[in-house]
Amino acid sequence: MNNFRKGILDGLPIGLGYLAVSFSFGIMGTNAGLAIWQTVLISMLNVTSAGQFAGLNIMAAAGSYVEMIISQLVINSRYSLMSVSLSQSVDKSFTTKIRLLFGQFVTDEIYAVASSRGEEIGKRYFLGLCSLPYIGWSLGTLLGAVCGDILPGAISTALNVALYGMFIAIFIPPMKKALSVTVVVLISVAISIFLYFQPFFEISSGISVIICAVVSSVIGAIFFPIKDEEPGTKDGDFPTNDEEPGTKDKSLLGEMKEVHHGE
Amino acid sequence: MGNEFFIYLAVMALSTYLVRTIPFVAFSRKIKSRFIRSLLTYVPYAVLSAMTVPAIFFSTDSLISATAGFVTALILSLCNRSLITVAFFSCLSVFIVGLFV
Repeated sequence: MNNFRKGILDGLPIGLGYLAVSFSFGIMGTNAGLAIWQTVLISMLNVTSAGQFAGLNIMAAAGSYVEMIISQLVINSRYSLMSVSLSQSVDKSFTTKIRLLFGQFVTDEIYAVASSRGEEIGKRYFLGLCSLPYIGWSLGTLLGAVCGDILPGAISTALNVALYGMFIAIFIPPMKKALSVTVVVLISVAISIFLYFQPFFEISSGISVIICAVVSSVIGAIFFPIKDEEPGTKDGDFPTNDEEPGTKDKSLLGEMKEVHHGE
Repeated sequence: MGNEFFIYLAVMALSTYLVRTIPFVAFSRKIKSRFIRSLLTYVPYAVLSAMTVPAIFFSTDSLISATAGFVTALILSLCNRSLITVAFFSCLSVFIVGLFV
């Protein structure tokens, strides 16, 4: 698959979605005290949702550069996995130069579409696929940063949840398919809630996310190692939960037993 | 924010770029460690859920409208709706509930 037009068509729905989601990032940027051009520049150079969001918080709180690096590395570590996975499904047109050029466009959605084609993809298709999402992401940020102020408060408030809504749409579906993801998410959320409300020490949101992610993912990796197949975030990798919803405890035990036997 | 902004931005963009590009360039072979692969598989979901809860509940003017947005997103996600649909209706329910709160 190496057709630019086909890539554009596949990228259209992603671009429209990004337009809406980055709008709320634009609002948050100016609310955090950044100039419009600064907010847009962040979107154009980063092209991440969760990463930018955390980065903005760190900027606004005047956090340390080390905190910024660690938060970006941890939050965006999923892109490493996607890049590894994607590196196996691109054709020979992806030379080192092209990879250095296109690497920054590996987002959750672009990766999902590109890797679900089930065939090797070429640079023309990939460029087409990235175009509208990139434009949508940058333009949406600009519109949000410019119009955020003149929008009625009720609307800009409502748009604040757009990013969270997108996050929920990413992590809920795999929870239905795999008990392992459910367990990891519940542990992560429990730690996150604890860190948010605990009165003992001050903790930035960036560091909090890192602690939640590392602890829960390590527990997940220990108790629910993925099947020995292709690396990636495809559904087939999770130890899936085929039990009925009512028998969750049983299936947890069954799964752990299975893992034990598998070792 | 003057120069600081550019340092923050450079640090942020460069970290992000390297995280994405280094594996893209370096990995033509599969990662062998099952543990690392398992860990990487779970990281995105752990990150996104930790970022969402409890922050979403304090992202709007009132806890009630935020909860409405959260519940809407939860239900639509359970029905496997697309990212756009979930994000849109989540915002819509915050807006509608916000009118009455």
